[in-house]
Amino acid sequence: MLAQQIVSGLAAGSLYALAALGLVLIYKTTDLVNFAHGEMAMITAFFSFTLLNSLGLGYIPAFLLTLVFAALFGILVEKIFMRPVRRAPILNQIILTLGLYMCFRGLAGQIWGFDLMAYPEAVPGQIIRLGSMVVTPNQIFIFGVTLALMILFFCLFRFTIIGLAMRAASQNMQTAEIMGIRIGSVFSATWAISTILGCVAGILIAPATFLYPNMMGEVIIKAFAAAVLGGFNSLPGAVIGGLLLGVLENLIAGYISAELKTSFLFFLIILILYIRPTGLLGTKQIKKV
Amino acid sequence: MELVKRFKASYALVLVLLLVPIVFASNSYMIYSSGLVLLYIIMTMALNLLVGYGGQISIGHASFLAIGAFTSAILTLRLGLPFWLALPLSGFFTALIGFIVGLPAVKLSGHMLAVATLGFGAAVPELLLKWESVTGGTLGLTPDNPSIFGYEFDTDIKKYYLLAVITLLITWLIKNLLRGKIGRAFVAIRESEVSAAATGINVSLYKVLMFSISAFYTGIAGSLYAHFVGFISPHDFHISMSFLVLAMVIVGGTASIPGSYLGAILLAMIPQLTNHLPGVSFILTGISMVIIILFLPNGLIDIRKRGISRKRTRPGDGKAAVGTRQ
Repeated sequence: MLAQQIVSGLAAGSLYALAALGLVLIYKTTDLVNFAHGEMAMITAFFSFTLLNSLGLGYIPAFLLTLVFAALFGILVEKIFMRPVRRAPILNQIILTLGLYMCFRGLAGQIWGFDLMAYPEAVPGQIIRLGSMVVTPNQIFIFGVTLALMILFFCLFRFTIIGLAMRAASQNMQTAEIMGIRIGSVFSATWAISTILGCVAGILIAPATFLYPNMMGEVIIKAFAAAVLGGFNSLPGAVIGGLLLGVLENLIAGYISAELKTSFLFFLIILILYIRPTGLLGTKQIKKV
Repeated sequence: MELVKRFKASYALVLVLLLVPIVFASNSYMIYSSGLVLLYIIMTMALNLLVGYGGQISIGHASFLAIGAFTSAILTLRLGLPFWLALPLSGFFTALIGFIVGLPAVKLSGHMLAVATLGFGAAVPELLLKWESVTGGTLGLTPDNPSIFGYEFDTDIKKYYLLAVITLLITWLIKNLLRGKIGRAFVAIRESEVSAAATGINVSLYKVLMFSISAFYTGIAGSLYAHFVGFISPHDFHISMSFLVLAMVIVGGTASIPGSYLGAILLAMIPQLTNHLPGVSFILTGISMVIIILFLPNGLIDIRKRGISRKRTRPGDGKAAVGTRQ
C-alpha cells in the first residue's frame, strides 16, 4: 500500500517536475516567472494533436515537428511581447504573462473547442506488476524523460558556453552585454528551450489529463508549488520538488484526506516561502537597491 | 480651480450612477449588469490599493471575494443575522484572512508573492467546494435579498441603488485613506522599501495593513455580491476572476481611482458583449492587458493626463511597480 502510494506519487510528481523545469529555466535566466507557461504547453500539445489526427502523421514525426513549432513559438513570444518589457518593472512583466495566459486560453478554445479529447500515450503497454506494486511503461518512460532532461539542462547550464552566457545574463544584464554577450539571443534561446520543455511536458501530460484548454490548470499550480519547494532557480530542485510533491500529495490523499490535497499545496507554498524562501536547493538572490 | 474641478467630477459621478436605472428603465437585465459593474468597481479599487498604490501584487483576489460572500451567506442563512450586521462582519472576517495572507508578503515581493497569492487563489474555491456541509458545495447557497432595518431591497432597481450608495461611500473612504498618512506610507513603500523604512515607516506593518484593508473592501464586495445575485457557488470565484479584476486595475490605470472605474466598466462589458463565446472574452481581456502593458503602462486613464498637463506627474510614473531594478 505504502510502496504503491510512493510509486504513483513519483509518477504524478514527474509530470509536475517536467512542467516546473521550463518555469525554472526562464526564471533562472530572465528573472521572470512565466505565468503563461502552462498555456503555451497546452497550445503545443494541441498543435501535435492536429498533426496526429488531421494530417495523420506518426507519433515520432508529429512529436519532432511540434518541437520545432514550440521553439518558434517561444522565440516569437519573447521577441514580440517579452522583449519590450525586459527592463520594465516586475509587476508589468507579471501582468503581461497573465495577459498572454488569457489570450492563449481563449485562442485554444476558439480553435480547438472546449471539449475533452483523448491523447495517445507515448509508450502504450500493459501495466507491469512488481510484487504488490503496479506501474505502466508510460510512467517509467516519463520518469526517465524528466530525469534525462533535468541532467541535460543542468549540464548545459554548468558546462557549456551558452549556459555560461545564460548565467551571466541572469546575474547582471548590463555587465553581460559589456562582456559581449548578446542578451537578445540568450533570452530568445531561453524562451525557445523553455517552450520546448513545456511542449514535452504538455504532450506527456495530455494522456493523463485529457486534451482541453484547461488541461494545465491544476498541473501548473502544482508545478509552481514544486518549483517553490525545490528552489525556483534550481533545475535539480524543480525535479526533486516535483517528485516530493507528488509523493506527499499521494500520501495525504491515501492516509488523511483526498479532499485536502490542493489546500495542502497552498499551505505548503506559503509555509516554504515564509520559512525558507529559497526552497530546498535554491540559492539566495540578493536584491540590489 | 482644482477644487471646483474635483467637485464637478464627483457630482458628475453621483449623477451618472443615479441615472443608470432611469436610462435602462425598461431593461432589468441591464440594471442587473450595471449592479455587477458596481461590484467590480469596488473590487478593482480594493485591488488597486494593493497593486497600484502599495506596489504589491495579488493574483488570487477573487478568493477574498469568495470568503466575503460565503461569510455573509453563512451568517445570514445559518446564524440568522440581519444583512446590515453580516455586511461589515464579512468585511472584517475577510480582512482577518487578508492579514494572514499578508504575513508572508512581509518577506516576499514580486514574482514569489505572485506565486504565493496564486496558490491562495486556487486553494480557496477548492476548499469551499469540498467543505460541503457549510458551503453547500457545488449546489452553493442562496442568500436572501439585502434588507436594512426591515426594509427589503427586493427589486433589481432597489438593489442597484443600495450598491450605488455603498460604492460611492467606499470610493470616498478610499480616497480619504489615500490622502492620509496610511496612503502616503503605501506609496512610499512602493517607491522604495528601503527609503520608506529609513523615513520611519514600519514597512512590515503597513504591508500587512495593505493586504487587510484591500481584503476588507473585497470582502464587503463579496457580501454585496452574495445578496445581490442571490446565489453563490465556489465555481463563481475561479482564479480567472482574479485575473479579470487584476486586468481591470491595469487597463484602467494603476494608482488611480477614476482609472479603476474606467477599467471595471470597460472589462465588465466584455463578457456581456460576447456572452455566447467564452473564448473570445478571454482573448479580448488578455489582449487588452497585453496592449496596455506594452503601450500604456499607466493605463487608459493616462491618455487624459498626457493630453492635458505635464506639470503634475503621479508619483512614480513609469516606474510604478514592485521591487527595484537597475
